[in-house]
Amino acid sequence: MSIKVYYFASLKEHVGSSEHELDFTQSLKVKDVWFQANAELVLPKNTLAAINMDYVDWDSLVSDGDVVAFFPPVTGG
Amino acid sequence: MAIKITDQPFDPYQELQLYQNTQLDHLGAIGATSIFIGTMRDFNQGSQVTGMSIEHYPGMTEKQLELCVEKAQGLWSILDSLIVHRVGTITPNEVIVLIAVWSSHRGDAFDATRYIMEALKSTVPFWKKECIDTDAQRWVVSNTSGYQ
Repeated sequence: MSIKVYYFASLKEHVGSSEHELDFTQSLKVKDVWFQANAELVLPKNTLAAINMDYVDWDSLVSDGDVVAFFPPVTGG
Repeated sequence: MAIKITDQPFDPYQELQLYQNTQLDHLGAIGATSIFIGTMRDFNQGSQVTGMSIEHYPGMTEKQLELCVEKAQGLWSILDSLIVHRVGTITPNEVIVLIAVWSSHRGDAFDATRYIMEALKSTVPFWKKECIDTDAQRWVVSNTSGYQ
């Protein structure tokens, strides 16, 4: 199974990349996605996660073909 | 309802006029129009700010804005709405955001406008990075907790 992982704003700078492709064989939670894609990196406090453009919590399961995104708290408007 | 994300400067009054003249529904039922316009300041947190870039998550931005409007529609009687938000490079005094809500009554229009704006600030994936007077850049990190 394969997913795309996107990073935005300060998290993109922290990771040093705007996206990753991740292949996996067993079910993954969102928090596992972060640690598999960024094993060496601390997960910044207050990081938010989305699957397919909807906010999710860290225990949500990802499925084949999903787009997962990680980003800091939003500051628009 | 219309949602527009633009990387170009825009005149909120022209956007409003254009929308009212060409797309606005329920003309006879409208008794109130409430408008919020957010403009970039040249100061923030004790520093002079000379410019800013606004990043967003294309697709999720629009989806979350639609959700803000849908939730407002569930709470108040709204006839129509317009949201325009700037992204990219922006300088002080330029408009960042326009929110307009049309309703039959002012209370619904006022409250829904404020709700949508507060929901935007706390849930829609935009991020500001400021250029400050020392030529340094910094991400804006303060957040608001939504409509209260």
